Amino acid sequence: MSTPEATDPPSLYAAREPIFPRRVSGTFRNLKWWLMALMLGIYYITPWIRWDRGPSLPDQAVLLDLAHRRFFFFMIEIWPHEFYFVAGLLVMAGLGLFLFTSAAGRVWCGYACPQTVWTDLFILVERWVEGDRNARIRLHRQKWDAEKARKRAVKWTAWFLIAMATGGAWVFYFTDAPTLMVDLFTGQASAIAYLTILILTGTTFAFGGFAREQICIYACPWPRIQAAMMDEDTLTIGYRDWRGEPRGKLQKGAIAEGQGDCIDCMACVNVCPMGIDIRDGQQLACITCGLCIDACNDTMDKIGRPRDLIGYLALTDETAERAGAKAKSVWKHVFRPRTILYTVLWAGVGIGLIVALFLRSPIDVNVTPVRNPTFVTLSDGTIRNAYDVRLRNKQGADAVFTISVPFDTGLNAELEGLSGLSVTVNANETLSQRVYLNAPRGSEPATTDRTQVRMWFEELGTTNRVHHDTVFNGKDE
Amino acid sequence: MCAKKVTQKPAEVPTTGHVWDGIEELDNPMPRWWVWVFYATIVWGIGYSIAYPAWPLIKGATPGLLGASTRADVAAEIKQFDDANATIKQALVDADMTTVSANPELMSFAQNAGAAVFRTNCTTCHGSGANGIEGKGYPSLLDDDWLWGGDVESIQTTITHGIRNTTHPDARYSEMPRFGADELLEKPQIAEVVEYVLKLSGQDHDATLATAGETVFLDNCSACHMEDGTGDINQGAPNLADAIWLYGGSRDAITYSVVNARFGVMPGWNTKLTEDEIRAVALYVHSRGGGQ
Repeated sequence: MSTPEATDPPSLYAAREPIFPRRVSGTFRNLKWWLMALMLGIYYITPWIRWDRGPSLPDQAVLLDLAHRRFFFFMIEIWPHEFYFVAGLLVMAGLGLFLFTSAAGRVWCGYACPQTVWTDLFILVERWVEGDRNARIRLHRQKWDAEKARKRAVKWTAWFLIAMATGGAWVFYFTDAPTLMVDLFTGQASAIAYLTILILTGTTFAFGGFAREQICIYACPWPRIQAAMMDEDTLTIGYRDWRGEPRGKLQKGAIAEGQGDCIDCMACVNVCPMGIDIRDGQQLACITCGLCIDACNDTMDKIGRPRDLIGYLALTDETAERAGAKAKSVWKHVFRPRTILYTVLWAGVGIGLIVALFLRSPIDVNVTPVRNPTFVTLSDGTIRNAYDVRLRNKQGADAVFTISVPFDTGLNAELEGLSGLSVTVNANETLSQRVYLNAPRGSEPATTDRTQVRMWFEELGTTNRVHHDTVFNGKDE
Repeated sequence: MCAKKVTQKPAEVPTTGHVWDGIEELDNPMPRWWVWVFYATIVWGIGYSIAYPAWPLIKGATPGLLGASTRADVAAEIKQFDDANATIKQALVDADMTTVSANPELMSFAQNAGAAVFRTNCTTCHGSGANGIEGKGYPSLLDDDWLWGGDVESIQTTITHGIRNTTHPDARYSEMPRFGADELLEKPQIAEVVEYVLKLSGQDHDATLATAGETVFLDNCSACHMEDGTGDINQGAPNLADAIWLYGGSRDAITYSVVNARFGVMPGWNTKLTEDEIRAVALYVHSRGGGQ
């Protein structure tokens, strides 16, 4: 198919261009250090916080107990049937991302995403071991010798230890942390714990050390989704080309006549962890981490030009500034009807969840009428209905429940296998108990097709009292 | 979303030539590691198809070098559970049936095992809810009326040997005479005794006929059904004075029973079920609400 004038087709694949981000200091870099410390701190410390819940419940503040299907979060305990709380939290997380994305673009990617935080940490280690950008480029080009081998070995060892600590901390969320810590070191922990640590160590090491920006560019769906949530008032990082262009090198230490403020020092490119040039405009690979702003401001300070040649700005700001007006303040970008609506929705779901949380009873009851058969005739003509009752005792101590139906219904209750109307439910357990309601021959409920019944459950010695409405099926003669 | 208008294509990236609404598709090369991962999956796929059953043949498939078999896995798992349950099954066989309910662990096992046995073997006649078929001769096991006894040991005996079958010598046996078909009673006598039975169970009846029927009843029926009609569980004679009728309690149904008699049969299960299964299902049936 090739014709003489056709050039070679482009290669179908290409090697990654290595990126050597330069060290930078400034407002956003400092903010990122603090956020990194905060988030890594939360991640590593949380499983070790203790929280007393009574003798039969775990004392770990945050615990995802998969074996017993319980989720503990400080004073909150979630059972499987209350999974709607988790659904609510996911809805809140979704709305929260809508809110942050419409207000401040990819702020999640730039500051909070684990991929960003761990990559930042790995680059920090890399810089400690191998030096800053230029030293690293030199080392990269250098032939393998003792120095390169030593530096690589130290760097990879440090990365590996961080990666292992990352995977190691993860498993503590799923079982009692101090016990697991001892078990892990004595070889007593379960295979799944070791396997989880192994996998997370491997992925952290590979993603933070080597894959880095490629995760964001090739693997992550979030940059694609975000594009749909941004509008012309969303803050992103932009280069004020109307101020910077035409760019050119300093001429004898000063900006030449007719030149813009950009002196083409490449600082913004050199510090970028994504390896892009922000001056090409907003692009998919930009995670809006703000480091180019710090780098450019540093340069502007040095040459005595105003800051914010690169800065947080929105599409409307560009139009305004090109027309000679001032850009809107950050607050005006952040507080808009759209973001306020998101905030209201987010807070609404949150308040709903909190209210639901505090309205929950420490005991919980589910009554399922047995419908096969709907009723049983006893030898004296009594009509009996059976109900499968699930009693959940969410407390740290055993509890005795008494089951009753109002006297005026003409029904009397019986418990299968027990002589009284009381049953003990162990702490933190669910008990399944069959309950019978009997209607004497010829009584109203015995001869009525369906009678509404309210079953009461009282916990002995407390004020805990819940009810459950159900139906009594009569013979309908 | 560009702070700067894109006035030209980024340099050196060819396009595919496709244009939609003025948007061109760049033809960027794939990352090299991606290509290597793709090759690695091919190598993995070949290795997998050698190691595990993969290629279809006329009968079955290539077995694979590792000899993996999901059927063997299932068989091993079943054996594993059987082994794990062996102790508790033996405990159930050794237990005194009347005190099993005091042992929560054993009772819980018996309930679950019994429910499984019941679903497999008993639901055909007694229904999945254990309520039988009213008036058709399939007894409900949920009520407190038992032909052959409702305590757990009687239930166990009934399940073990069955009722009126020809295959188990120890099957429970009794037979009601066919009073009409064999002309043991005259037609008017039958009409009278039916009215009396209706009276016994508190239903609408002809008082005159019922009074006459009392004599017939005492002469012919009370040996099994007792003088007050409450039946005898030692002979499997049903209680005629209660609200439960295995073959129906209407005038027609009772008349049919007196004329032709009834002969309900249940197989004995000791040839099909193991002792622990029989005990488990007996405990399960006993705990359905009617156990005595």
